[in-house]
Amino acid sequence: MDSVRHLSFDVAVVGAGPAGIAAALAAADSGVTVGLIDDNPAAGGQIWRGVQSAPQNSASSIWFQRLNKSAVQLVRGARVFHAAKGELAAESDDSAIQISYGKLILTTGARELFLPFPGWTLPNVTGAGGLQALLKSGLDIAGKRVVIAGTGPLLLAVAAYARKCGAKVVAICEQTTRSRMVRFGMKMLLVPGKAPEALRFAYELRGIPHWTDCWPVAAFGSRRIESVRISRQGQTSEIECDYLACGFHLIPNVELPRMCGCRLESGFVHVNEYQQTSAPGIYCAGEPTGIGGLELALAEGEVAGYAATNWEDRAKHLFAKRARYGKGVRILKDAFPLRPELKNLARPDTLVCRCEDVPHERLREHGCWRAAKLHARCGMGPCQGRVCAPAAEFLFGWQIDSVRPPVFPVRCASLAAVPSHSAAARN
Amino acid sequence: MSDSVSVRVNGKPVTVRAGATVAVAVLAAGATCRASVTGQPRSPLCGMGTCFECRVAINGEPQRRSCQVLCEAGMEIEANG
Repeated sequence: MDSVRHLSFDVAVVGAGPAGIAAALAAADSGVTVGLIDDNPAAGGQIWRGVQSAPQNSASSIWFQRLNKSAVQLVRGARVFHAAKGELAAESDDSAIQISYGKLILTTGARELFLPFPGWTLPNVTGAGGLQALLKSGLDIAGKRVVIAGTGPLLLAVAAYARKCGAKVVAICEQTTRSRMVRFGMKMLLVPGKAPEALRFAYELRGIPHWTDCWPVAAFGSRRIESVRISRQGQTSEIECDYLACGFHLIPNVELPRMCGCRLESGFVHVNEYQQTSAPGIYCAGEPTGIGGLELALAEGEVAGYAATNWEDRAKHLFAKRARYGKGVRILKDAFPLRPELKNLARPDTLVCRCEDVPHERLREHGCWRAAKLHARCGMGPCQGRVCAPAAEFLFGWQIDSVRPPVFPVRCASLAAVPSHSAAARN
Repeated sequence: MSDSVSVRVNGKPVTVRAGATVAVAVLAAGATCRASVTGQPRSPLCGMGTCFECRVAINGEPQRRSCQVLCEAGMEIEANG
C-alpha cells in the first residue's frame, strides 16, 4: 500500500546533476531549508553518474563532499510528475510525495536526440550517452566491438570512456563535415578549460578511426545488433559490432519547466541574468537554458541558488565566470547542424515511436504532432514522446508544444495523492 | 561490504558489481528487457530513465525501469529472455 510523504522546503531544486547540486548548495548558504529532488538512485546527474563510488574524480568529489556535509536534503529515486503553484507531486518506489516550496529551481538536464533508421530498435543499439550511462552503471563491455555514431563532442567522450572500460572501439562516425569539425576544434581551444580536455581526448582516442561525413544507415541482427551499415563520404560499408552507440545532440528536458509555465525561446527555457524564468519564483539552470556543459551548468546553478535566496551580490560575482563558459554554447550550436540526409534514413516500416511501435509510414500522412498522436498513437506510450517527439520534430518539422500532467507515468495511488486544489488550480 | 551482488534473471543466477543497475544484470544474463507491443525484443536505449525501453518486472512488480533501479541481493528479475 502506498503511503504519502509530505515535505516542505524554502527552496526546492529538481534535478541533482551538477547544476542542481551547485544551486542547492548556494541556496543552503543562506541557512534556508533546501530539498534536492532526483529520479535517479544517486545524485550526480548523467555526467557524474556512478562517480560517487569512484572518488578519484576530483572535480566531482569536491562537490559531493560539500553536498554530503551540507544541510541540503537529498530526495533520491523521486520522479516529479506534477507541478502547481508552490507545490510539486512526486513518486518514489513505495510512496507518493507532496512537496511544498517557496522558490523552485529547475535543473532538469538534457537527454539525447535519437533519429530512427532501420534496425535502431535492436537490442544493443543504444544512445551514445546511453552507452556511457550503462557503463557507469556497471555494464561489462570488455572486449566488445563498439561503433560510436551521431554527432558532437559527446561521441569523443563516450569513445574514450568505452575504451577505458575495455571496449574495442571500432570507429567513431561523425555526421558533420570535416571542415566544420576542424573549425570547431580551433574555436574550442579558446574556451577556458577545453584545450586540455581536447588534448586528453586526442591521446585517449589514438588509433581509433574518426570519420566525418559519416552516419549509420541501417543496423542488422536477429536478437541484437550484429552489424551496422554506414555511409561515409558517399560510400556505404558494413561493420560488424556488438554495440552501436548513437546519439544526435543533446536536447533539453523542458517538460517540467513548460508545465510550470516558464516561457521557452527556441526550445530552451528563457531566463534573465539571475537565471529567473518568466514564471514568478521559478529559476532554471544548466542544459534546459542552453546546452553548455559542466562548467556552465555549475556556474548557472550557483547563480540560481543565490538569486533564489535574495543574495544578489553573491550571484553577481559569478556573472563573469558564467559568461566565460557560456561561449561554448554558441560554438556547439554552429558546429554540428544535422544534415538533411538524416531525414531520409527511416524506411516506411521503420518504427519512429518505440513505445507504441508506430512506423514512419503511419506518421507522414499526418500534418502535425497532435494528429499523429490522435490517429497513430505516436508518443502515447510511457515515454510520453520523449524519444519520438524530438525525432518527429526533426523529420517532419512539427511543432511539439503540448505538455500535461502527469509528466511521467505514475501509479494511480500517486495521482490520487495530488491535492485536488492544486489540480484544479492548474487548469 | 561485498563488492558484488547476486540476483536472478528469469531464474538464472547472475552476479554483477555492487552498485550495478538491474538493466546491467539483464544484459549480463544475455536477456533482453521487454517485448514491444508488436513482440520485438528491446533493451536500454537512453540508459537514464527517459526511454522506458528497459522495463522489466522486479520482485513481481511489472513495468520497472531497470536502468534506474540498483541490484539488491536476491532480487528476482523477469525480463524478456
